Formats: sequence, C-alpha cells, structure tokens
Amino acid sequence: MGTRLGKQTVRLDSKPVIQSWASIVGAKEGNGPLGRYFDEIVQDEYFGEESFEKAESKFLRETLSKVLMKGNVSPGDIQYIFAGDLLNQCIAANFGLRESEIPFFGLYGACSTMAESLILGSLMVEGGFAERCVCITSSHFCSAEKQFRFPLEFGNQRPPTAQWTVTGAGGVMVGKFGDGPRIVHVTTGKIVDMGINDANDMGSAMAPAACDTITAHFRETGLPLNYYELIVTGDLGMHGKNLCLQLLEENGIAIKEFYDDCGVMIYDRQKQRTDCGGSGCACSAVVLAGYILEKMSRRELNRVLFVGTGALHSPISVQQGESVPAIAHAVGIEMV
Amino acid sequence: MEQKRTKEEYKKWAQEQAPKSPKLKNCVMAFVTGGVICTIGQFILRALLNAGLPKNDASSLTTLFMIFLGAFLTALNVYDEIGRIGGAGAAIPVTGFANSIVSPAMEYKREGYVMGVGARMFLIAGPVLVYGIISSIIAGIIYYLVT
Repeated sequence: MGTRLGKQTVRLDSKPVIQSWASIVGAKEGNGPLGRYFDEIVQDEYFGEESFEKAESKFLRETLSKVLMKGNVSPGDIQYIFAGDLLNQCIAANFGLRESEIPFFGLYGACSTMAESLILGSLMVEGGFAERCVCITSSHFCSAEKQFRFPLEFGNQRPPTAQWTVTGAGGVMVGKFGDGPRIVHVTTGKIVDMGINDANDMGSAMAPAACDTITAHFRETGLPLNYYELIVTGDLGMHGKNLCLQLLEENGIAIKEFYDDCGVMIYDRQKQRTDCGGSGCACSAVVLAGYILEKMSRRELNRVLFVGTGALHSPISVQQGESVPAIAHAVGIEMV
Repeated sequence: MEQKRTKEEYKKWAQEQAPKSPKLKNCVMAFVTGGVICTIGQFILRALLNAGLPKNDASSLTTLFMIFLGAFLTALNVYDEIGRIGGAGAAIPVTGFANSIVSPAMEYKREGYVMGVGARMFLIAGPVLVYGIISSIIAGIIYYLVT
C-alpha cells in the first residue's frame, strides 16, 4: 500500500511497472540530438488539422493509441487516464481524449504535468484502485506561442533566456504487473516562489523549485547521492540547469556528474536557435517516453530520478506584475 | 524552501548569471536593417519624384508601398526572420507596424473574421495607435496655443 517516508515522499512497495510508452514529436525535435529515439516525427505543424490546437489534440490522441498498441491492450483495459497540456482549460487533453471512453483526470501542472500524472497514476495503481493507468501530456510550439507570447509571424527578438516550447506528446502506461522500469519513489513538490517576474526567464523561476524537491527526495528517502545514474529535470534550460546545480551544491547535494535537463538534451541550442533550450509539457514527456525509458529497457540506465518542473503563471498574472511560482515533482524510476 | 537568499538576493544572483543579449551586435544589426529599409523607401521616393509626382503625393505613395511590402513579407513568413535579425531596426519603420497588424490577423483567422481577425488585429499595434493619437492631440493643442 505504499509507505510514507516524509512530508513529500512516498515509497511504492508494489513498485508499479511502466508497461509501455510512446512519443510523437514535431520536425524540429525530430532533427534534434534525440531524434532517433522518438516513435514518430510529424513534419506538418498542423498534423493535417485546421488549427494548432486541433493538431495538439491529435498529437495526444495518436500517442495514446501508440501507448495502448505497444502495451497490447485496448482502451477498456485502462481504468484511469491522467492527462494535461498548457492550453487554457486544458483543451488539448479534453478534446484529444473525448472519444477515448476512459475515465479521465485533466491536470494542470504547467511543464511539470508529466511527472505529476506519473505520480498520480502510480499511486492509483499502488493503492489498488487501478490495474492500469495512462499518464500522458502534450504541448505545441505554435499554440503555446499564441497563448503565452506573440503571433508567430511577428518580427520580434527572443531574449537569450527564452526557451522553445516542444511540439509533441509523450505518454506511458503504468500497471500492476509485467516487466519494465518500475516506479519506486514519488516526491510531490511544493509551490516555490522566489519572486522572479520575467516570463522570459523560466529557468530562474523554476530552479529553486527543482532544488527544493530534489533535496527533499534525498532527505526523506535517505538514498545516497550517487544512487541514481541519471537525475534529470524537466525544462530548466541551460541557465536554470546551471542555477539548480549551484543551489543543490549549497544544500550539500553534489550531483554534477549525473545531472542533466530534458530542455538542454532535446535541442542543439546553437544550431537550432532555441536559446536556453526546450520547454513545455511535452519536453520532459517525450524525453522520458522516448529516450530515458528506452535506455532503461536496454539496461543502459538502471536508476533514474525524473523531476518534472513547471512555472505556474498565466499571461494575465504576468501582465499584472505577479511573480512566477514554480513547482517540481520527482519520480524515482528503477529497473529491478 | 531551504534558501540561503532572500527573494531580492536570489533575483540579483540569478540575473547576474543569465546569458546576456549581444548588445553591440544587436545595435549594429538594427542600424543596418533599419538603414536598408529606409534606403528602399528613399529609392522609391526618388523614383516617384523623378516620374514627376508632387512631393506630398510621392511621400504618401512611398509610405503606402512600404506598408504593402511589410504586409507582403509577413504573409510570406519572411518578416519574422528580418525582425529576429534586425530587432528594433525592423520594428520601428512603417514596415514593422504593418507586420504587427498583419501577423495577429493571420494568427487568429481560425477564430473567425469578427472576434478573431477583427478583434485581435490590433493586439500589438493597439497601444501604439492609442498613445500615438493621444500624443498627437496634445502636440496639436500645444502647437495651437504657441502659434
């Protein structure tokens, strides 16, 4: 039934299994350094639909069917689906999954949604309320720019701390039985606000949250710092990654050799002109469901701490001069 | 949060380490881009004057042409690239103003012609128009009182 180790962390004693995973990305992500790990690369930013919002829904829908297909199950075998995205009222998930006929929880954790859904899905399995859950998230560069920033064709300059929203969707199926990577620890983040109010500098806003959650994870689990072969944050980008490492070191957590960030990994920042790197719900989702779980299933990685990071602001809160609160959730995934 | 810094200290510390804009390069590129756009305008103005148009008509036609050029290049997905390279040099000439109106109009076409294109068209240019008109009224009143 799981053991509570501290204020934020729960150990999942049944170790729910990640039975299958899938990722679909856009052309830019496909051309990036991790391109060959993704299941499908879609060249058309509209994905054959008439709007970016519909395209994003399709990314989710197609990823769900890939997850089910790879897990060799039908929608009827799934008890819950946890899904989210960046659009207002989570319309990408709501519309993309409306025909799925699976009991649905819509989540908003900004770019941390993949880790959030993974925590909830695995707790549901651990608690015995579900045999299988799907956890899935999406984002789309064009729909996110439209909602959070400027029209695509507007000729402005991106500040060097800006990040590039990943187009795509990633999902996993968590279940009771089977072989595969297992979820062993989950650490739920607290909202951390260090007063950053520049919406173009998410790295600075989210780094303290990531540091807070990683520190809590090690403190509450008592695991040695070199326990994980890879500790990966969601989308701090180059700048946030650098800040996070320094903050962790100040807390006595030196993990430089095995720490990386999905936002830094997914693009070639120089060649692809993405400034600080990738961001968005799909950033951590596709790196997890494409690269990390693939590496784990080949036993090239055995223990990974996956830390989704999210900036919990809205265009309105930024215009009203509010600071950017941030959150990070950690999931310890292990091959056993 | 186990933080050794106050919010102000953290903000300062984070900003010090943030990647910086290449200010000199941006200034040079803005100068060159703005210069090229204005040279094109000057070239058209000269051509129209040489064709025998009166000065007022020629300058209005030049502005019209430059607005068309900005809108046209926006529709061809070119002006955002010019803006990325040229920054303020591409934003301040009238071509940039055209870009700021055409780009949201393109973006919001899916939301319909009334609440989409019509309502969102001035998303970026709106404040420029509002404060431009207000300042021109104030300038007009001052001019009237002085002369």
